[in-house]
Amino acid sequence: MVQNIIDVRNLSKSFDISSKEPGLKGTIKHFFRRQTKSFKVIKDISFEIKEGEIVGFLGANGAGKTTILKMLCGLIYPSEGSVLVSGYLPFRRKEKFLKNITLIMGQKQQLIWDLPPIESFYLNASIYDLDKFEAKKRIKKLSEMLEIDEELFIPVRKLSLGQRMKSELLAALIHEPNILFLDEPTLGLDINAQRNLRKFLQKYNKETNATICLTSHYMKDITSLCKRVICVHEGAISYDGKLDLLLKKLSPVKEILIVCRSEEDAIKLENSGFTVKNKIKNEITIKIENNSITSSLKTILNNFDIEDLFINEPPIDETIGKVLIKKKYDI
Amino acid sequence: MKLSKYLKVYKKFLHTSLASELEYKTNILVDLITAILSLVGSIFLLSIFFQNNGYIGGWKFEQALIIQAIYTILNGITNTWFNPNLTEIVKHIREGTLDFVLLKPIDSQFFISLKKINPSGFLEILLGFLLLFFCIRINQINLSLSFLTLSSITISCSICILYSLWFFISTTTIWFVKTWNAIEVLRSFLYIGRFPLNSFSFSLRIFFSVFIPIAFITTIPSEVFLGISVLWKILLEVIVATIFLITSRKFWLFAIKFYSSASS
Repeated sequence: MVQNIIDVRNLSKSFDISSKEPGLKGTIKHFFRRQTKSFKVIKDISFEIKEGEIVGFLGANGAGKTTILKMLCGLIYPSEGSVLVSGYLPFRRKEKFLKNITLIMGQKQQLIWDLPPIESFYLNASIYDLDKFEAKKRIKKLSEMLEIDEELFIPVRKLSLGQRMKSELLAALIHEPNILFLDEPTLGLDINAQRNLRKFLQKYNKETNATICLTSHYMKDITSLCKRVICVHEGAISYDGKLDLLLKKLSPVKEILIVCRSEEDAIKLENSGFTVKNKIKNEITIKIENNSITSSLKTILNNFDIEDLFINEPPIDETIGKVLIKKKYDI
Repeated sequence: MKLSKYLKVYKKFLHTSLASELEYKTNILVDLITAILSLVGSIFLLSIFFQNNGYIGGWKFEQALIIQAIYTILNGITNTWFNPNLTEIVKHIREGTLDFVLLKPIDSQFFISLKKINPSGFLEILLGFLLLFFCIRINQINLSLSFLTLSSITISCSICILYSLWFFISTTTIWFVKTWNAIEVLRSFLYIGRFPLNSFSFSLRIFFSVFIPIAFITTIPSEVFLGISVLWKILLEVIVATIFLITSRKFWLFAIKFYSSASS
């Protein structure tokens, strides 16, 4: 049986945040008498993650995804509840625990700006107690997986964002961690760089059975990497489960554009009992429920003279967008 | 804590920060010239103070020059290690990159205090030592084993006090976010350390000994050099340095519990 590697129970986090009224008066008031309010940014959440799972954390900006990741890796102390990662209390930051995890943030970097990435890799290797031979071996292996070579010897400041992100990944994975926390790793990358990064993460997960917790606003990252998603809405979990089930629930019907050979066929199809969205000459768009697509298409192809047909998936961003604004989603 | 690992990591720190600094040759050259001009200017200023009256606070110009030499060494250490690292703490906290430091399996205080060096500060340290050797000659100081031991102890204590004060202020960034001004105030107080403690009024002497122990940093080691120091003062400096070092360590461990990281 696959073991739980992350166990979160009734976790909450509050922050004291000060607010300021607009204008000069507000600024002076804010300077002398700062008013702070306690905000509960994470509200009593519980979940488990199994070893080797890739889990996507979805939520609008400020929903609390990054705060959850930071509590999981031990950067932030929880206000209430408990977190166990790989059997450790993360916020104690024990050496063995830290050697087991990594955090990659798309908007922050750890590479030394003026030097080639290779220098940062060897520095990290010494911090993680790796000898030169082992470090060299791992750099070679990871650079092959990430398809970077010459970039390792060019100062970081001269690298493109995509090359920099690959180097950041290499620096963060040199100690071969079992748990990866990725906070918007594809932020700002072009389509090809995003695809390469996803390919790498899939390969890394397959080869090492590493557990990956990922946040991203790019739905393609989530759909191609994560079977399971945890949706966060205003600090609480609104959905935790399989991504395909959520998508089916959110978009139970598919739209099918059928091009008939003649307008008469289109009229016949219009009157045959399917839910018609619209009809323009010999083109007709019908709605079919997901669970009856195969049988419905069989009926259409057998009974009508069809020239072409297109199945339109509803845009995933639009579908997921519905989840981000809901408090609870039960399947 | 494995010493060999820390030595290995420190060797890497030295290598990477030297390599980073050497990327900008002009900057290093300007820094070196600044260090020389700053020392010349300070000696010139000191000589003006001593022009009318041969003594300030009971100290001759040649004796006050020892304080200048120790100040130059400490300023060199400040510019080599404290300035590039401890000012970076503020940046780490404001931008949230302290996350990377805290998630490394290495002592975070060691990492943020020693990761960088500014090689031009070495010239200041060298100039300080040259001036110190010159002072030893003109003041006809006898270099005995006890003298060398006491001077090493007091200078090491001065470095610890200075580091702890700076580190303490930088750590408060976790709550106050911006503390540049406090560090600038500390640097201004350091300039005061170039003058003998006796040259200040009683109330200022108390202030610079008790509240901000700048006086300990330069005056006590200088008194050792001149053979006019008393044992209780040296012991007091050792105690103050130990208290400051332990407090700065405890304060750091306490403060990082409140680190909330920067929002993404």
